[in-house]
Amino acid sequence: MAEITLTHLLFLSTALFFIGAFGFLTRRNMITMLMSVELMLNSVNINFIAFNKYLFADRLDGVFFTLFLIAIAAAEAAVAIAIIINIYRNYQSIDIDDADSMKF
Amino acid sequence: MNISAIIFYLIAAFILISGGLAVTSRKIFRAAIYLLFSMIGVAGLYFWMSYEFIAAVQIVVYVGGIVVLIIFSIFLTHHVGSEMEAPNRMRLGFSFLAVLFAFAFCIVTILKNEFVPGLAAPVDLTVERIGTQMLSLTEHGYILPFEVVSMLLLAAMIGCIVIALKIPGATGSTTQAQS
Repeated sequence: MAEITLTHLLFLSTALFFIGAFGFLTRRNMITMLMSVELMLNSVNINFIAFNKYLFADRLDGVFFTLFLIAIAAAEAAVAIAIIINIYRNYQSIDIDDADSMKF
Repeated sequence: MNISAIIFYLIAAFILISGGLAVTSRKIFRAAIYLLFSMIGVAGLYFWMSYEFIAAVQIVVYVGGIVVLIIFSIFLTHHVGSEMEAPNRMRLGFSFLAVLFAFAFCIVTILKNEFVPGLAAPVDLTVERIGTQMLSLTEHGYILPFEVVSMLLLAAMIGCIVIALKIPGATGSTTQAQS
């Protein structure tokens, strides 16, 4: 209890990941689903930094992976929002159940 | 229990509570603001682990970039103040059960594993060292992923412009067919 170990941090990042997964499964709005994905990516970043700090403190690999993940998350969010705006223009709604014209 | 542990528990509670509110709030603008607080909490956690550079990048990219982008797209696509409809009970229950079991499985796996800390002395995390190693061509350099990520960002930027571009004839006909 006194000392914060790696297990505490892994518990935190696992909880945050599954909060994001819960949001992704229950939400039907595309923007809120994107927000859930961002929460999940953040928990992965916490994992990388925690492992770098507690197990491999003499190296910087976790820092670089986190930096690249943040860059890729930014690109992913930008493309997702462009797609959402295009869907809104075509369907007048961003509910995931309304965009079903490719279903058969 | 020392002061560092108390700060960690405070930051962890802040992240988890605001994250949970972000995925359950019925008002979409409030959900975005809770997401903002969750991101700030994660940046605080990086400060707590004394990774100041990562914390700064987290604040600049997530808080200053992605959340603002999300709020911007909310204003483009929603009437502010309207509530989203609640998800149905069955989907809520099954999602909660699936997430709960997966969470329990992961926690059991983490608790069973024994982590052996590294014995080497920790390096000092200066921005100079991070920048030198990221752009070095030697064995542990990250110049190739750096270039690949720069190409990815360029492709994403052009892709966003192309996708969100309004083509006068094509979109009009699709709208007619839908409505």
